[in-house]
Amino acid sequence: MLILKNINTFYGDIHVLKNVSLHIGQGEIVALIGANGAGKSTLLNTISGIVAPRSGRISCGGSDITGMSADRIVREGISQVPEGRQIFGPLSVLDNLRLGAYCRRGSGAAQRIDDDIALMYEMFPRLHERREQLAGTLSGGEQQMVAIARALMSAPRLLLLDEPSMGLAPMVVSEIFRAIARLRDQHATTVFLVEQNAKMALKYADRGYVIETGKIMFEGSSQYLLENHEVQRAYLGRQKKPIWE
Amino acid sequence: MSLLSQIIQFLFTGLTIGSIYAMVGLGFNIIYNATGIINFAQGEFVMLGGMVMVWLTTAFNLPLPAGFLLSVLIVTCIGAAFERLAIFPLKKPPVLILIIITLAGSIIFKGAAMLLWGKQTYSLPHFSGEEPLHLLGATILPQALWIIGILMAVVALLAFFFNFTIPGKAMRACSVNPVAASLVGINVKRIVLLSFAMSAGIGAAAGIAFTPIVLMEFDRGALLGLKGFCAAVLGGLGNGTGAVIAGLLIGVLESFGAGFISSEYKDAIALGVLLIVLLVRPSGLMGSREAARLKEF
Ligand SMILES: Nc1ncnc2c1ncn2[C@@H]1O[C@H](COP(=O)(O)OP(=O)(O)O)[C@@H](O)[C@H]1O
Ligand SMILES: [Mg+2]
Repeated sequence: MLILKNINTFYGDIHVLKNVSLHIGQGEIVALIGANGAGKSTLLNTISGIVAPRSGRISCGGSDITGMSADRIVREGISQVPEGRQIFGPLSVLDNLRLGAYCRRGSGAAQRIDDDIALMYEMFPRLHERREQLAGTLSGGEQQMVAIARALMSAPRLLLLDEPSMGLAPMVVSEIFRAIARLRDQHATTVFLVEQNAKMALKYADRGYVIETGKIMFEGSSQYLLENHEVQRAYLGRQKKPIWE
Repeated sequence: MSLLSQIIQFLFTGLTIGSIYAMVGLGFNIIYNATGIINFAQGEFVMLGGMVMVWLTTAFNLPLPAGFLLSVLIVTCIGAAFERLAIFPLKKPPVLILIIITLAGSIIFKGAAMLLWGKQTYSLPHFSGEEPLHLLGATILPQALWIIGILMAVVALLAFFFNFTIPGKAMRACSVNPVAASLVGINVKRIVLLSFAMSAGIGAAAGIAFTPIVLMEFDRGALLGLKGFCAAVLGGLGNGTGAVIAGLLIGVLESFGAGFISSEYKDAIALGVLLIVLLVRPSGLMGSREAARLKEF
């Protein structure tokens, strides 16, 4: 579904992604694990067209999307839930969802958008309760739900999630991860999940990649990564203390 | 003239000119919200609106409604073309560079208007005659009501656009967070184009309505732009309601100042009020966090 070949991304002179290659198959949940500053968000932003890679190729479903603008890439079926949620705070929850469907036009689109909004409310009932409320007034967990639902409203083939557990209480984190697993099981959505919370991510993912200072160091099934000694020592051993918002 | 009728007279004069400032201020805000740019060519759109209308109605004898719509359309296209030629081609330009570009744009618009129409002053017929209405001893030109009415129409249209249409909400999303907006598939550059087109159109409407009362010439844009900028900043940069209130306030204060003190101080009043308010409330009357974005440059 998604294939990255030898991606190199720079911020000015800083070489952040170094020859990153990876692939994500249809219907998989793939995790990307790495410490703070390893280049995880940069990788997602490179896929999403927020930053352009200096070299390498990205293809999605067989078509080359390297260098496409961010809004084109959404039209190609790749939708990102950015780090820190980045919802439209001064707009209502419903408006956030409607804007998520911004690029869906054409005959019958309005009906399908309404159906999908109903589906989002079913997945996150609390968003239904708060649909008229300004998104910025919601709790962190609810805002993360808005961010995920907004990204899903473009009806993506591939969903990119950047640290959905960041700053959330463990209960909310489980709720969000269960929703992600349900997406794959019921809607066959392919998910690329970026996490510092390695244990949680690998629990739900089929496969994973480990990134360190911009290089992919390990890859394999979640089982393999959970049992790999070096991965255990660096990312699973002593869990970092969760940081609350 | 009794004091009451004087007050009513000055109030209406102030609201009339204030409506123009408010519309220019709204134009500043629309572009500022979409891009973070202070568009110093904003006043030129007002001038162009008046001049194009004069040209259309004299050269082609267009009737008023057709001339009005066509002039607004032409200036809207000029605003859009300005964005496509001067702003769009730049890759990730710093905001300060963009502001300087709009300054250059204002000089070019002014120069072009001088070349096309010369330095003379032009007038337009009033929309519905010059027979004044009388209210408690004050005389009010019908054109003043037209101007205030056009402001109200612009405000209503903008309120509808930003609150009830997807493009309007997309524009708000861009001003909240352009990266997130592009991640939902909004073409941010197209929103920037739209913001320039809309601001130019609103400016033009103001200019067309204003010309019958004050006449128009090629170099009127700068001062109108400055007053509109005062309205935008005084209201809280980026805040539409603020710009309207502040624009009307500046207009009324100017009018009372000119009437009761001296018309020589008219222009100083707007800047004086602006300075005092900004000393007390740096974010403007209605502004909050938005004004903090100014610190970007
Ligand atoms: N916009 C930027 N400009 C310059 N450097 C950046 C920018 N964003 C991230 N970086 C740098 O790139 C590296 C990777 O950052 P990031 O992709 O955000 O890491 P992660 O998401 O894994 O925490 C870091 O060293 C960070 O300082
Ligand atoms: Mg990150």
